[in-house]
Amino acid sequence: MFLSQTWCGIATIMSSASGADPTNIFAPAGTPAKSIFNLSMLVLSVTAGIFLVVAGILVYVLFRYRMRKDSADADQEPPQIYGSNQIELSWTVIPILIVVMLFLATTRVIYTTEHAPRPKNVLEVTVVAHQFWWEFRYPKLGIVTANELHVPISDPNHPMPTYLTMSSADVDHSFWVPRLAGKTDVIPNKVNTMWIDPQTPGVYLGQCAQYCGVQHAKMLIRVYADTPKQFAAWVAQQQKPAVEDPAVAEGRNVFMHNACISCHTISGTVATGRFAPDLTHVGSRDTIASGSVPNTPANLKRFIEDPANFKPGALMPPMHLDSHDLDAVTAYLTSLK
Amino acid sequence: MATHIPLDEIHGSQEMGEQTQRKLWLEVLHDWVTTVDHKKIGLMYISYALFFLLVAGFEALLMRIQLAVPNNHFVSPEVFNGLFTMHGTTMVFFVGMPILFGFGNYLIPLMIGARDMAFPRLNAFSFWISAFGGLLLYYSYIGGSGLYGAGSAPDVGWFAYAPLTAKVFSPGHSTDYWTLSLLLTGIGTIGTALNIVATIISMRCPGMKMSRLPLLPWLYLVTSGLAFVAIGPLTAAQIMLMLDRYLGSHFFDTQAGGSAVLWMHFFWIFGHPEVYILVLPAFAFANEIIPVFSRKAIFGYPAMVAASVGIGFVSLGVWAHHMFTVGLGAAENTFFVLSTMVIAVPTGIKIFNWLATLWGGKIQFTASMLFALAFLFQFLIAGLTGIMLSVAPFDWQLGNSYFVVAHFHYVLVGAILFMVFSAFYFWYPKMTGRMLSEKLGKWHFWLFLIGFHLTFDFMHIPGLLGMPRRVYTYEADRGWMIWNMIISSGAVVQAVATLLFVYNMVWSYFKGPLAGPDPWDAWTLEWTTTSPPPSYNFAETPEVSSRRPLWDLKHPDDPDSDYEIGPSRRSRAKKESQ
Repeated sequence: MFLSQTWCGIATIMSSASGADPTNIFAPAGTPAKSIFNLSMLVLSVTAGIFLVVAGILVYVLFRYRMRKDSADADQEPPQIYGSNQIELSWTVIPILIVVMLFLATTRVIYTTEHAPRPKNVLEVTVVAHQFWWEFRYPKLGIVTANELHVPISDPNHPMPTYLTMSSADVDHSFWVPRLAGKTDVIPNKVNTMWIDPQTPGVYLGQCAQYCGVQHAKMLIRVYADTPKQFAAWVAQQQKPAVEDPAVAEGRNVFMHNACISCHTISGTVATGRFAPDLTHVGSRDTIASGSVPNTPANLKRFIEDPANFKPGALMPPMHLDSHDLDAVTAYLTSLK
Repeated sequence: MATHIPLDEIHGSQEMGEQTQRKLWLEVLHDWVTTVDHKKIGLMYISYALFFLLVAGFEALLMRIQLAVPNNHFVSPEVFNGLFTMHGTTMVFFVGMPILFGFGNYLIPLMIGARDMAFPRLNAFSFWISAFGGLLLYYSYIGGSGLYGAGSAPDVGWFAYAPLTAKVFSPGHSTDYWTLSLLLTGIGTIGTALNIVATIISMRCPGMKMSRLPLLPWLYLVTSGLAFVAIGPLTAAQIMLMLDRYLGSHFFDTQAGGSAVLWMHFFWIFGHPEVYILVLPAFAFANEIIPVFSRKAIFGYPAMVAASVGIGFVSLGVWAHHMFTVGLGAAENTFFVLSTMVIAVPTGIKIFNWLATLWGGKIQFTASMLFALAFLFQFLIAGLTGIMLSVAPFDWQLGNSYFVVAHFHYVLVGAILFMVFSAFYFWYPKMTGRMLSEKLGKWHFWLFLIGFHLTFDFMHIPGLLGMPRRVYTYEADRGWMIWNMIISSGAVVQAVATLLFVYNMVWSYFKGPLAGPDPWDAWTLEWTTTSPPPSYNFAETPEVSSRRPLWDLKHPDDPDSDYEIGPSRRSRAKKESQ
């Protein structure tokens, strides 16, 4: 396993050379990603071994058998050899053995990941992919949010994995958070499942990995792995109805009297649209525009003013609000903690 | 001597030497448009493919400028998505296929001692309909949104996953141009495949049993067989897509209960054999070029044939390794892991047999051979990254990332394009009667090699760091920028090298040293006739009694025909002779 250690070393150097790599597949932080990592070390060792042998032979041959103009038999053709059954058999059988070994190792990881025994305690989340954002629904907790997935960390002694049940509202997408697990395609008319179990608290980044249209590039994912306490607090806060702050009543009024309500939901109000992200607690999120910019009033305002310009491909039409209404709506949305 | 007529200069007429009177350009044009000569059709395929190589290469360059730094605004997302769709579609269908069919068209009748293809008029039809397909694709830039509006290129990706291609997600006509152009090219491809099979089966010269067929036609036979099987599903899928878009059927229309996964199956049942349709001709070139510049017979001819046929069959059963992340289920994934890994075995046989051909030879480092040796090295790496990707769980991480982009460019550029360049240096003298400049050729080689490795070696890394493909830009905090800068700089070097190659071809056409019939001291039949060959190829039908008829001629005391019974009998024969 010397080679395997070398690869780990290279992977570590690579990750330290370019600073923090938030999406490095060689820095796994969950069980599925770790078992892939271990398998990949085996595969990299085997392929590196093959490479060294074959490339070594190639280099040797090129040097040893180069045409030498000064040798005595320079004008003679070399001995013609047409083949050898024994030698050819050996380089058929050895690759077959390598293939069998890799196949068995691969099969084990496929089954342990796809058919992992499901513990009693799991968090269930429904993922609905849209052009170009993620809808996360927690059916048992009554929470709906967008682009920022909160899950509890999973202690290996008391596993609490999160099971994602995924489908798409429009075209093909793919859910990929490299440090937690491999990607799973999110396909309309098909329900896929995957599970993640981050073991250390933190934010894990990822993004859509199946080309889905104009704004595929900025369909980002943020997974917040919370401690049980943080997670409980987050759940409690998300389960509350939307904040009713009289100071932003004007913005609320603008929102409720525009087309906003046909696509967005704000719980406890007339806004019950399902087409666009749920905004009940939009003020509590760190980012907007599917994780591509920080959630600041200035960004929010620019987004609302001209979505297609702020985030090309965004399906939200411009509302043509005057600057007064724009400020009011921005203040209202910001207040929705 | 040579008359300088513009069209001749571009295509390299075969009749230059014989011609004493200046033809009107209209006559020349008429000659080319109406020709059924396999050599002229081959040259038209090649010129057409080279033109699109420059176009699609330019598209790649624009993409690399956009991606050199994060959050760049060099092109808009819409333009970028059109660029990668056009780049991929063009390179596969209008560069790879025609350039390989071009060489096949030109070389197969010459190598089997025939005067033309089996169906010369079908050959011309296939070329022109394929060529029209390419023009149709690019016409989308004008007519993509309907003739009244500004055009737009198709922007659905080269595998055009449903339901992004549905009318509701891809309004306008750009997707229709994509569909129709592939449909037409597919017809041309099937025509050519049929022609190649018929030619190889029925037009071989006396004495050329299948066991004496040079490896190049052998591999084209396998490629053509694959094309038969593979193009059908693509054509069917395109027709279903058109029905969905215009006649209200719901094959892929998920909003009405259609299946997105169905399209994936149809596309990859075509798409994976397509990889082998492209790479087998590259192997075919290597099988002819590596022995000549090693001064040795190919090692293990029967095993090379068997491995190629084996690759052909197995490649029909591996398509769902493009779909490991689709959620097909553990059993299905396991099956396709195995079938994909099995391909490594015949591929390994090929690599080892090439090494054994080099072993004990006298290796001449011509420009052609340099490209072939780089092919060998790069194909080894491409094969090894292919094994990594065949490991389904590893693919869950690497699939659709820049690692995959690096892997298949290693195959398509590192293996196939390098071998195509090698073939140009090898057969250009036959096609034009003049040698390509070796000096420029070596400059071309080293520059292209450096550019290639800058781009595609480093392209693996952002994939490992989580960068998905087909993104028009990326976040600055992901640590991908430095790698993308290197990748983009390599692209520029490759572009310069390619221009050098084009310059070499033009310059050598006029100024290159005369080639003579057999400049490389080679062994197959195309080298027995003049360079360029007359329209009838051979004055007399040749007769052969071994796989290397020219070796027999040049070494009457020790002809191949004494040994060609199979490797084991061969050694006995040698013992007896001693």
